[in-house]
Amino acid sequence: MQLTEKHKQYWNINLKISSVLLVVWFVATFVMGWYARELNEISFIGPLGFYMSAQGSLIIYVAIIAYYAYYMNNLDKEYGVHEGELD
Amino acid sequence: MAAAQTQSQFAANLKRYYSFYTGGFVAFVILVGILEQLGVPNKILGYIFLFATIALYAGIGFMSKTADVGEYYVAGRRVPALFNGMATGADWMSAASFIGMAGTLYLSGYDGLAFVLGWTGGYCLVAILLAPYLRKFGQFTIPDFLGARFGGHLPRLIGVIAAITCSFTYVIAQIYGVGIITSRFTGLEFQVGVFVGLAGILVCSFLGGMKAVTWTQVAQYIILIVAYMIPVVWLSVKHTGIPIPQISAYTSALPKVTALEAEFNDKATPKGAKEESVRAIFRERAAAATAKLAGLEKDGPAFLAAEKQKLTDKVAALKAEASPDAKAIDAAEKAVKGFPADAAAAKTAWTAEKGVGARAAPVKRHAEAFAVSGATPEEIEKKRSVAKKNFLALIMCLMIGTAALPHILMRYYTTPSVHEARVSVFWGLFFIFLLYFTAPALAILAKYEVYSNLVGSSFSALPAWVSNWSVVDKTLMNIADINKDGIVQLAEVVIGGDLIVLATPEISGLPYVISGLVAAGGLAAALSTADGLLLTIANAMSHDLYYKMIDPNASTVRRIAVSKGLLLVVALTAAYVTSLKPGNILFLVGAAFSLAASGFFPALVMGVFWKRANYLGAVIGMSLGLGICAYYMFLTYPFFGCGASCVANQWWDIAPIAAGTFGIPAGFLGIIIGSLISPAPSKEIQELVDHVRYPSLEGDIDTRGA
Repeated sequence: MQLTEKHKQYWNINLKISSVLLVVWFVATFVMGWYARELNEISFIGPLGFYMSAQGSLIIYVAIIAYYAYYMNNLDKEYGVHEGELD
Repeated sequence: MAAAQTQSQFAANLKRYYSFYTGGFVAFVILVGILEQLGVPNKILGYIFLFATIALYAGIGFMSKTADVGEYYVAGRRVPALFNGMATGADWMSAASFIGMAGTLYLSGYDGLAFVLGWTGGYCLVAILLAPYLRKFGQFTIPDFLGARFGGHLPRLIGVIAAITCSFTYVIAQIYGVGIITSRFTGLEFQVGVFVGLAGILVCSFLGGMKAVTWTQVAQYIILIVAYMIPVVWLSVKHTGIPIPQISAYTSALPKVTALEAEFNDKATPKGAKEESVRAIFRERAAAATAKLAGLEKDGPAFLAAEKQKLTDKVAALKAEASPDAKAIDAAEKAVKGFPADAAAAKTAWTAEKGVGARAAPVKRHAEAFAVSGATPEEIEKKRSVAKKNFLALIMCLMIGTAALPHILMRYYTTPSVHEARVSVFWGLFFIFLLYFTAPALAILAKYEVYSNLVGSSFSALPAWVSNWSVVDKTLMNIADINKDGIVQLAEVVIGGDLIVLATPEISGLPYVISGLVAAGGLAAALSTADGLLLTIANAMSHDLYYKMIDPNASTVRRIAVSKGLLLVVALTAAYVTSLKPGNILFLVGAAFSLAASGFFPALVMGVFWKRANYLGAVIGMSLGLGICAYYMFLTYPFFGCGASCVANQWWDIAPIAAGTFGIPAGFLGIIIGSLISPAPSKEIQELVDHVRYPSLEGDIDTRGA
């Protein structure tokens, strides 16, 4: 099995989207956590720092995974590496 | 039969079955509700819920019985994304999530959110770094991947050891939960409860392996989410008039809770003054105990005798009074009777008494992050930075542990395709999210109930749920009129975390049938997680150890027989260990996560994303990760006998529950160094890496095991 340029491109795009989403994940988790006291000064559906850790970041996580699945499933088709129809 | 259906027909049928099932379950709950109205005692209702649900799970297990290897290990790889998501949810959410989570948040406020974040955010790592690649690889277990990717027996063997260690630690915590729930709601003894629950687990996984476990877990998810939501929605309506607790808790209840907290902590307000009067009593008691301890330290038994003499004299003095007060004499005589017999008993009793000083502390503000107390601003700043560091370290360990626990990763072998695996992580997190974003709301609503309705009520007319639970279990609800004013103050109430979820139906004024439903939900959560874990352990031993390493020529019949035999042995061993009640469940859970994170995560991720990673790297990385993590726990966790030096032994003030903070980097470092000092992996293995990276390739190799 020989990988073509197109295959390598697919993998690079995958790495790029994965990194971007992981940066979002990192910010939603650790940066928010680090500045929780400062964010609590802002009021958004209750103190913002508390709200983000109790609910906001969770919503971001669900969105990250939904977007990744949607994006990659399209990318598979675009680069012809998707699986055939199931039986 | 199933083979003749197409995948879409199969999925459509499943939707129909589970809709019928959900309808049937609701009808069952209504029926039990009617029985309650007819006057059937609560204990009988508890039994009906316990046995009906266990019989249901056993029934699904029986219908899914199989002798096919693919069905036994990976449910035939035809579980649609939506259902795999539900099964993941049930597999994931344990007794600790269902019963303990809201209570932890009630007690520790913001700082408890480390568990909410850690146990959901980890799925981002699963989705992006692992699930699609593991699905493409196929096969049956996580050590399978390590064995194929790194070659040789050693990586697989370390994987087996890691899988068994973390799953076994975790399963003990689950069976413990099963015992607690069955004993509380049926009056069965704890040990009996453990084995009744176990019977339910076994019938299911024993007959049908992963196939049975999957379909049971879907059923269990439906029960547990319904059971969790109904009381919380009701409570939200009761307090705020809005049926969406996840909104009303923040917009309506939290501001009121914050205002009440400020009032309780301000001595100038009437409520604050009353709280202060209780706190003053606690401070006095703690100070008296401290003084007595010091006296005991100085004079030994002589001090003890003198103290006892004082009490005896007091009785005599009271009796000699002109008009003896019978009540006071009675109390004084009791004090003489209850006086510690020797120095050791006195020390224990007075040390415990000294501990009430903690109840004199001001109310912790719910939404405040990293709240600490200290004498000087520098001390506060220092303590706060330690709290923040540990909060973030714990989140990291829980997240990476989530992405490394074999019983969860195994679930992604069961979907029909890579595409479905990605979608199923989404459904999995979505279903978990439903419960996890409700728990913080429940904690706030329950706090509002306690602060606004319980505090200030009269001891002669306590709310029914308070008096009921304080009779059932003092560790869950302990309430006493300390300052004798006949009114409840917050400092007079001690609540155990588990109470929050268990008592919510009563707080909301729902009938007992809903309490039974909540118990059934907790049981479903504990049983489903235990199911997945036991199967993981049995598979690691039967498939990886026996079939792959000891007897590669074993027939399929024999392989399944060995697996079932081991399942029985592991289950009984786990139940036996649990019945000995090896305390501190939270630490067991934390240890399982840190161990999995340090042992598996670096090897799995590097195996996919770094072609150069090889045999030596995996061996060094996995053993170093596990080793450092275990060593740190040994160094800092009191159970291993470090005594007074436990805290001094800590590196950078990291608590033992977050031991993975050191194990995970050690694991990555080990892989990188080990791989670079030895030759690159063979062409076949590099092709295997390409194979897992692309959902489909022309001329692709096939790694799916038979």
